[in-house]
Amino acid sequence: MKTYHRPRSIFSADDPMRGSISAAIPRLRGLVGSLLLMLVAPMVWAQPAVIYDLGGKFDKSFSEMAYTGAKRWGDETGGRFLEIELQSEAQREQALRRFAERGANPVVMVGFTFATTLEIVAPDYPETNFVIIDSVVEAPNVRSVVFNEHEASYLVGVMAGLATRTDTVGIVGGMDIPLIRRVACGYALGVEAANPEARVIRNMTGTTSAAWNDPIKGAELTRSQAAQKADVVFAAAGGTNVGILQAAADEGILSIGADSNQNHLHPGSVLTSMLKRVDNIVYEAFKGGEAASAGVSVMGLANGGLGVALDEHNADLVDAKMKAAVDEAFDAIASGRIVVHNYTDDSECPANS
Amino acid sequence: MSELAADLIPVLDSTLRLSTPLLLACLAGLFSERAGVFDLGLEGKMLAAAFFSAAVAFLTDSVWTGLAAGVLASVVLALLHGLASISFRGNQLISGIAINFLAVGMTAMIARSWFGLGGHTPALEGGSRFDALHLPFEGIVAQVPLVGPLYAELISGHTILVYLSLALVPMTWWIFYRTRLGLRLRAAGEAPDAVETAGISVVGLRYIAVILCGVLCGLAGAYMATGLHAGFVNEMTAGRGFIALAALIFAKWRPWAALWSCLLFGFLQALSLRPDLFERHFSIHLQLQLLDALPYILTVVILAGFVGKAIPPKACGVPYVKGGAG
Repeated sequence: MKTYHRPRSIFSADDPMRGSISAAIPRLRGLVGSLLLMLVAPMVWAQPAVIYDLGGKFDKSFSEMAYTGAKRWGDETGGRFLEIELQSEAQREQALRRFAERGANPVVMVGFTFATTLEIVAPDYPETNFVIIDSVVEAPNVRSVVFNEHEASYLVGVMAGLATRTDTVGIVGGMDIPLIRRVACGYALGVEAANPEARVIRNMTGTTSAAWNDPIKGAELTRSQAAQKADVVFAAAGGTNVGILQAAADEGILSIGADSNQNHLHPGSVLTSMLKRVDNIVYEAFKGGEAASAGVSVMGLANGGLGVALDEHNADLVDAKMKAAVDEAFDAIASGRIVVHNYTDDSECPANS
Repeated sequence: MSELAADLIPVLDSTLRLSTPLLLACLAGLFSERAGVFDLGLEGKMLAAAFFSAAVAFLTDSVWTGLAAGVLASVVLALLHGLASISFRGNQLISGIAINFLAVGMTAMIARSWFGLGGHTPALEGGSRFDALHLPFEGIVAQVPLVGPLYAELISGHTILVYLSLALVPMTWWIFYRTRLGLRLRAAGEAPDAVETAGISVVGLRYIAVILCGVLCGLAGAYMATGLHAGFVNEMTAGRGFIALAALIFAKWRPWAALWSCLLFGFLQALSLRPDLFERHFSIHLQLQLLDALPYILTVVILAGFVGKAIPPKACGVPYVKGGAG
């Protein structure tokens, strides 16, 4: 049997008591304990909470990054946090209100789709601090965190432009929203900067939230890009990414992961990953507890909110020249010498391809 | 023109991959409905098969055990449908829908408790998924103009289940129109009283049909999880069972027509992935949303009866009561 790194599965090899009846007794005791804790907890301290969007907590990408941050906080402080994975749009407001009612503080939302709901809910719970990632909500008890994704996608674009042998690269986005178009635009500009000859093929998986979790369509789009001679495909589609990276590995071409470090999923095939440090946001928000401040934070390359993943899994794919080019572009963007065009400013992309 | 042909091959290649689950499910529905049992539960059976094939393939590292587990899961659900609609003479439509709901909830729940990955299975690799089969002489034939790329890129390089699904079309035709079993199955769907008069059990025949339907749905689901994709994802069948039903009506419950209608639906799905083709070859800019919606629009058009009258088997949907009572 293969091993994988997810704990608490009934098939995990490290659980010596799996399947035995005696295992149920301490679990029962634990349940009673946690019930008692639930009664006491709200009076003593507020638990932080995190709400994952439809892509699911284990999408190996965007939402999983948030979980990583929450877990890091839990491991370090020994504290407990509340979490929920949404199963449908209807649960969005319900989950938000329930956490606020239970006295959770702060409540972190992972995804731009929460914005409209939060605008309605936030004024009803002035004592609760909300943190929303990827969108801006103006309210005295909401902190909004947005990322300059175009800066990091420019960097992976530079790498793609240098890595391509066919002068054709692709990007498969998730849901067709301005944020993903911004990523695609930054990517195209990076490719163009590194390789003016290169062509960029753009595809989106869909126009609804389902596009974040449609690996089969992602895989077909990747195969169609490979058929159009693309040999590097950037996957910017949340849970759909697993299908894109898989298809790229099957087709023998390179891929680029997003949000989490996805290099390890197919070593030797994933050129790099665009890192979006959602984990740090969740971790810091949890750590700040009820003292979280309102306002808008913009995360970019300069303040460590974004980056590219270089590790042992892609060491063979990134040569010295590519590394130097990425470092140079990184410094130029961080210091402001290069300003990467932001698609959401004018809804246009100046890239030629 | 040759440029268009070169662009068309990858689309057709994609068509073949995307049609396969439709075709298998469509043939599954054909067996069931030709024998007189409506089956709205194709979707649910595919989903259950997708999950169990991926889960078992992962745990045992063998795609074949996974396939067997997927088919078994699908057959169990098919028998449930049979029990409700044949033995207990319940409403076939309601039983089918119930199976769909059961499968959605059951797969997600079991996946969570087994793997703790939020309803997914871990990614399959190596021997736990179907590899592409490369037909002989691929390298040599590829050099031949026109025929070469057609053979090397379109026909070769699919998983074994794709070829199996294509082979099942003539087999299904042969069973229905050239064997005694086929004749009896068709009769069970058209005139069950006549079948019973001849001393053959209608209930038995319908159970055979429902089990065959389960096997084919099992293949369809297993193909999705271990061939098309590497693992199970929540609700991964995404309505394919219903598109297969529409294709079955479009095909007027005939095997060869089922092949063509499934290929048409697959082609539309594949085409929606390539909006650039329209721009390059016909210089028309098509809205992506329109392309995405095409298979569904076509389904509505078909169901509205624009493609001629589709008459289902006469006794389909009617629970058989021995002696004609009720």
